[in-house]
Amino acid sequence: MVTLQVNGRTYSYDGDPSVPLLWVLRDELGLTGTKFGCGIGLCGACTVHIDGAAARSCLLTAEQASGKEVVTIEGLDPTGNGNHPVQVAWREASAPQCGYCHAGQIMNAAALLAKTPKPSQDEILTAMNGNICRCGCYQRINEAILLATAGV
Amino acid sequence: MTHMFESALIQPGTVVNLSRRFVLKGLVSAGTLVIGTSFLPGAARAASAWKTGADLMTGGTVNNPHVFIAIDSSGVVTILASRAEMGTGIRTSLPMVVADEMEADWSQVRVEQAPGDNIKYGNQDTDGSRSVRHFFWPMRQCGAAMRMMLEQAAAARWEIDVSSVRAQNHEVVNLVTSEVVGYGALAKAASALAVPPVEALRFKDPRDFRYIGTGAIQIVDLRDITMGKATYGLDAKMPGMKFAVIAHPPVVGGKVVSYDASETLKVPGVEKVVTLATSPFPLAFQPLGGVAVIARSTGSAIKGREKLKVVWDDGPNASYDSVAYRAQMEEAVTKPGLVVRDDGDAEGALKSAAKVISATYYLPHLAHASMEPPTATAHVADGKCVAYVSCQWPGDCQTDVAKALGIARENVTIYPLLMGGAFGRKSCYDYVIEAALLSKATGQPIKVVWTREDDLQHDTYHTVSVERIDAGVDKDGKVVAWRHRTCAPSLMSTFKNDYDHQSPIELGMGVVDNPFDIPNLRCENPAAKAHVRIGWFRVVSNIPHAFAIQSMVGEIAAALGRDQRDMLLEMIGPARTLDPRTFRGVKDFWNYGDPVETWPIETGRLSRVVEIATDKIGWGRSLPKGHGLGVAGHRCFLSYIATAVEVAVDDKGNLSIPRVETAIDCGFYINPERIRALCEGGAVMGTALAKNSEMTFKNGRAQQSNFHDFLLARITEVPLKVGVHIVPADLNIPSSGVGEPPLAPFAPALCNAIFAATGKRIRNLPIGNQLAT
Repeated sequence: MVTLQVNGRTYSYDGDPSVPLLWVLRDELGLTGTKFGCGIGLCGACTVHIDGAAARSCLLTAEQASGKEVVTIEGLDPTGNGNHPVQVAWREASAPQCGYCHAGQIMNAAALLAKTPKPSQDEILTAMNGNICRCGCYQRINEAILLATAGV
Repeated sequence: MTHMFESALIQPGTVVNLSRRFVLKGLVSAGTLVIGTSFLPGAARAASAWKTGADLMTGGTVNNPHVFIAIDSSGVVTILASRAEMGTGIRTSLPMVVADEMEADWSQVRVEQAPGDNIKYGNQDTDGSRSVRHFFWPMRQCGAAMRMMLEQAAAARWEIDVSSVRAQNHEVVNLVTSEVVGYGALAKAASALAVPPVEALRFKDPRDFRYIGTGAIQIVDLRDITMGKATYGLDAKMPGMKFAVIAHPPVVGGKVVSYDASETLKVPGVEKVVTLATSPFPLAFQPLGGVAVIARSTGSAIKGREKLKVVWDDGPNASYDSVAYRAQMEEAVTKPGLVVRDDGDAEGALKSAAKVISATYYLPHLAHASMEPPTATAHVADGKCVAYVSCQWPGDCQTDVAKALGIARENVTIYPLLMGGAFGRKSCYDYVIEAALLSKATGQPIKVVWTREDDLQHDTYHTVSVERIDAGVDKDGKVVAWRHRTCAPSLMSTFKNDYDHQSPIELGMGVVDNPFDIPNLRCENPAAKAHVRIGWFRVVSNIPHAFAIQSMVGEIAAALGRDQRDMLLEMIGPARTLDPRTFRGVKDFWNYGDPVETWPIETGRLSRVVEIATDKIGWGRSLPKGHGLGVAGHRCFLSYIATAVEVAVDDKGNLSIPRVETAIDCGFYINPERIRALCEGGAVMGTALAKNSEMTFKNGRAQQSNFHDFLLARITEVPLKVGVHIVPADLNIPSSGVGEPPLAPFAPALCNAIFAATGKRIRNLPIGNQLAT
């Protein structure tokens, strides 16, 4: 039995502890906001926060996540209203097209801003380079992060 | 109480009691309503103000407000989106047309997604960049009819003539007494009225549009997307659902000879292993076959598949080698091919030309690689099927799932969820049929998940192509001859065996419809046989055709010492209206499925977008060392689009793209905010295919498996400064495509800019390390 702390709640998972956290979140806990894109840590769609830092949930087993504080897109704003500054800025910039990768983009950006509240343009691009968007929303993703940095 | 249609009782993706769902009448019912005769099934379809080719497609269009609009007594207006959402914003744009025309207040509008049913909702093939041009008028008619019914109900309530009332922002005003009554209070009475016939409809003055054309409305899913609450195909949930990943034959058309699942079944969480039969050629959208591993989670299914031992018969494509195939195509374009256009005497004009400029261009197979891979969730029970899908063609999907299960179409309910990108891949719904067959075999709800490796191994790839162009210039520097040989396996090969020439669809994407003012213009198409599944990839064959043609314009300009923009505008020639059906040798010109009478080729519109894009980028200005400007302009999906690119190449050959300006003329438009987004995205996807993306094959197997070797564009390499300029157009200029066109001009504009910056001409994509010094 693996005990997981996700978005402030405690879950018990009785399955294979070596399954990636991504699939436990999605298929066992029903937290489908975290997306699958590549399964090998190259696209960032599955980004969550582990003890406050951005992490790829496809690379981490359920067991490895046990005992750590996991936050997914559903819990980014603890009030549940989607009003974390990055989420607000994202809407202000009308960033998404299909939107599928954006949970991961938002989680990655939020982790960046938690660590570096006023990142330079280069720091933003470097931090976001691991998150792929196939529709090509990068211009607005960048704009949204700049907006969040400025405090919308 | 809700009037008009029975609003959805089930929100997609929520956990529902499946057995209960089967006794429902379906998502949408018009059962108790009085329906105008013009809307009876099979009766007159919506008459569009501009004539389209929509009626040639299954189901045509539907403009019945009973089908698309519901109003509840509190005034909430629910509008059905019948086209699938893959990221273009169509799920917002078409309901916005209904809302605007019926004078609904957008803040009181909810959008729901229609299930798959081409007959009930009109054709649902969401591709071809055709949703707006085919459905703007039917949706406008729907909204106008609803507004008039609300006005009629209000007039009856006040016992005054309908000319004394006016619908206005979600209420009807009594022009005599200034009383108002809200839409909610009128819903029941309005829903009992006959729908006015199309010829009686009165439309709003376009100057009074509140939403159309303003760009002020954001996509309806925006908030949910930012919260992780938007429901994509991969997010579907059904009670008791199991998860399947499938070991497909490594070579398309291959079959399972034998397998050993003993180790797989020992993997914790794995429950079952089920075989799927390989479909015969032509595959169309049928399953590839293989062995499915079914488990309690996708992660367990993936682990189980890793332990599976399968012996495959690779079938007829086992020797496909893309390097050898490329050499064959390069050889083919050195010789005459099937003549598909033959204006004047190109051969003679090339012989007598003062100068001949020749070049051969190559574009590899590309994978769609939508961030959400193919996925579907289905439950088959009691002779019925319910499926939640990520699919561009929910209507045809309903039909084909029914055929695969051997049940009636009416017994299949397809709920299209949001697609996490699609780009043409999710027109092919093989994975939905897989989910249905696996559910039937197991009796359980099954979610099929394709991993990224599955997606790249068995995409419906963009074709691979070699284009050779020979241009003859006379002594005065005028281009007098053009011979274009285009060689590529056809997407029609996916649907017909032994189809080895490009179809009129592909040839009509820039080759035979070439608008250049050249008297001797010949197009040839040498044969090429397909060895993988070929499908639609955003903007389709316009990618290689525009790349070759627009690069060639740059090459001619360079050979003559001319400015590239001037050369392009001269070759487009004076403003004129062209009908390719009159070009000698052109057969079955398709014009993107729509009438040439409505959408002829208008060269003045093409020139104008070239002028706008180049003006905006400051064409002719002095540039820093290593910088260059390039342009490309192309008509595709009935729109005119030009992109100008500023590139910077450093001493080591590293490329960056400081600025892009795109001009698009797509006729009358609904949502300029989304048009801008799609053009920005075109520059990103264009960067990927120009710089790095390539699928290659050896022994019939794709050699790329994930994002380490199939490279997409990342934020550090794309143009972040992309200006988008939309040519204003009123309702007299029919709408045309937006979703696909932005990709077409990007690569040639970039490569023309690279030539301006470095003197190096890129003829083979991707660029890869060709610029390295």
